[in-house]
Amino acid sequence: MHVAHLSLTDFRSYDTVDLGLEPGVTAFVGPNGQGKTNLVEALGYVATQSSHRVATDAPLVRHGASRAIVRSVVVRDDRRALVELEINPGRANRARLNRSPMSRPRDVIGLLRTVLFAPEDLALVKGDPSERRRFLDDLLVARAPRFAGVRADYDRVLKQRGALLRTAAQARRGSRSGRRAENDAGFAAAGAGDVLSTLEVWDAHLARQGAELLAARLELVEALRPLVAAAYASLAPGSAPASLEYRGTLSTGGDGVSPEGVSPDDVPPAPGSTAGVSTAGGQATEEQPARGPVGESANGRDAGARSVMAEHGTAGRGTTARPAAAQGTAAHKAHPAADRDTQSAAGQSAHPAVGQDAHPAAGQSVVDRGAIEQALRAALLEVRSAELERGVTLVGPHRDDLFLGLGELPARGYASHGESWSFALALRLAAYELLRADGGDPVLILDDVFAELDTQRRRRLAEFVSSAEQVLITAAVPGDVPTELAGAWFDVAEGSVTRVR
Amino acid sequence: MYEGVVQNLIDELGMLPGVGPKSAQRIAFHLLAAEPTDVKRLAHALLEVKEKVRFCRVCGNVAAEEECRICRDSRRDPHVICVVEEPKDVVAIEKTREFRGRYHVLGGAISPIDGVGPDDLRIRELMTRLADGRVTELILATDPNLEGEATATYLARLVKPMGLKVTRLASGLPVGGDLEYADEVTLGRAFEGRRLLDV
Repeated sequence: MHVAHLSLTDFRSYDTVDLGLEPGVTAFVGPNGQGKTNLVEALGYVATQSSHRVATDAPLVRHGASRAIVRSVVVRDDRRALVELEINPGRANRARLNRSPMSRPRDVIGLLRTVLFAPEDLALVKGDPSERRRFLDDLLVARAPRFAGVRADYDRVLKQRGALLRTAAQARRGSRSGRRAENDAGFAAAGAGDVLSTLEVWDAHLARQGAELLAARLELVEALRPLVAAAYASLAPGSAPASLEYRGTLSTGGDGVSPEGVSPDDVPPAPGSTAGVSTAGGQATEEQPARGPVGESANGRDAGARSVMAEHGTAGRGTTARPAAAQGTAAHKAHPAADRDTQSAAGQSAHPAVGQDAHPAAGQSVVDRGAIEQALRAALLEVRSAELERGVTLVGPHRDDLFLGLGELPARGYASHGESWSFALALRLAAYELLRADGGDPVLILDDVFAELDTQRRRRLAEFVSSAEQVLITAAVPGDVPTELAGAWFDVAEGSVTRVR
Repeated sequence: MYEGVVQNLIDELGMLPGVGPKSAQRIAFHLLAAEPTDVKRLAHALLEVKEKVRFCRVCGNVAAEEECRICRDSRRDPHVICVVEEPKDVVAIEKTREFRGRYHVLGGAISPIDGVGPDDLRIRELMTRLADGRVTELILATDPNLEGEATATYLARLVKPMGLKVTRLASGLPVGGDLEYADEVTLGRAFEGRRLLDV
């Protein structure tokens, strides 16, 4: 697909702007602060109805104006669709498709699909786990808009459950006047017993929504893994191979001691935790012996995991031969018992219900949503006292992370600036490939990306993107647009956009 | 800020649901300009509603007497109770003329964010009504949103030991609508709740 026309009214720095666009490469060149990114941000807004730069809509409206309008003509398979959005900060936006008003603005999401590379993407590699969760969830929504609802529902359950836990935590502290309550019987006697019965209900809802989100993310990571590895290898040949691994709170026990993202790697897995987890964790170790989470402690973990393999190796291999669903159930059944023994010791991050890094003989991993739901409920029960103590939900996809590895090391903290950039680009390129395979080339937007890359990586990226139906590039200086990507050229200066070529 | 009395009126109006400060101001000045008899009639209606209308001691619906019209109606089936969140839901269901049983109004839904727990709803009263074993079916007609679902789940678990039939209103496609216009969640639910077509 491509965008044939973009016109903005009172959007960011633009009073009005009207652009005719074509398939192929288009470059927007001009000094910083002249409004290049505003143009691509507007297109991103048409695609997702949110900005990649800000969380609220207010900054999108030109200072002094009450609303902004973004009009775009999207051409897909020779069919033109006119998508018009009226952005009303603080009120509901309005949308029109081919001049007829839509009752729900979000119904036009997905008519235009874009993949945007921006300097902010560096946070995918260097930033908090929330950045990577957002990357996964945004991609889920782009592939299937239904997930916007799943995500919103999950957030809502989390809020409700959080409110309940906080109330419980306060009641508990109040009734104990500083002394930490150790058993729930005392808690119930203190008059807050009904909190627990309502909590069960929220647990059920959290597990259901959470399992749906988690299952989708796990499948997505499986689909992304080879694409990211290939994209990274072509962007940075000679560098260590890039790998992805979904790190869930589910099997780390959510013991309430370690903050999110930090797995207790230095603690070797206790023997009790092996039955369920070794199938996933152990295999990963066997296949990629060197992949450990954090530098030195990785060795400790690997050694621990290997000893686990030695002890339970037969059982582990036996399980892989079974169908994945059965494997999941077995893992989940074993999980609660295992976790009780190792509240703080379960070092494996692999999901118990999923054959992550599945043994080739077991075929591709099959994600079993039902098993995940049950595992989530069991995990919630495990951490209940810690949750009641702290007043937050400790287990679930909202605390998970997507681990990015470069060879033996985690990318975060270890990768160079150039490597981090290449990894971020590889993630976006993989997303692009995935969306493209779903049908229809998304519009590719490269916002000020080339300036950050060396000549070789520039050339590689240019090769990679030249096959896309439409590529929009912004650059501060003409030299930042690779010569391979010659095409239409707009000068952007002081809020006006002029076509030069 | 306006003179004391006017500001008082604006503040009071502003506390009503759906009325913001601007609207409150507009209503206040409308009342100032209105005929005294009109304003008196409004004031009287406000007082009267507080004095005369109360909540049915059986079902919690709005009533003019001890019990509401539906609870007093002996033709209504006493074996089926339909649980709703608000009195306005009773009105909505009554309009269908499909349901001939009785109601129970909870007065809201479980929502920890708003500080509403089971104890703040008329759940104890419901349990008392169910205790004599006369009721055979409980229809859970709370809103099809997260809080409504949670409340329904809570009630279903609570009454499970009593062994009566517990049903939940179906979610799905609106009648007379087009399939293509249904949102994904509704359509998904409709798939989940599909039923065998008897021919």
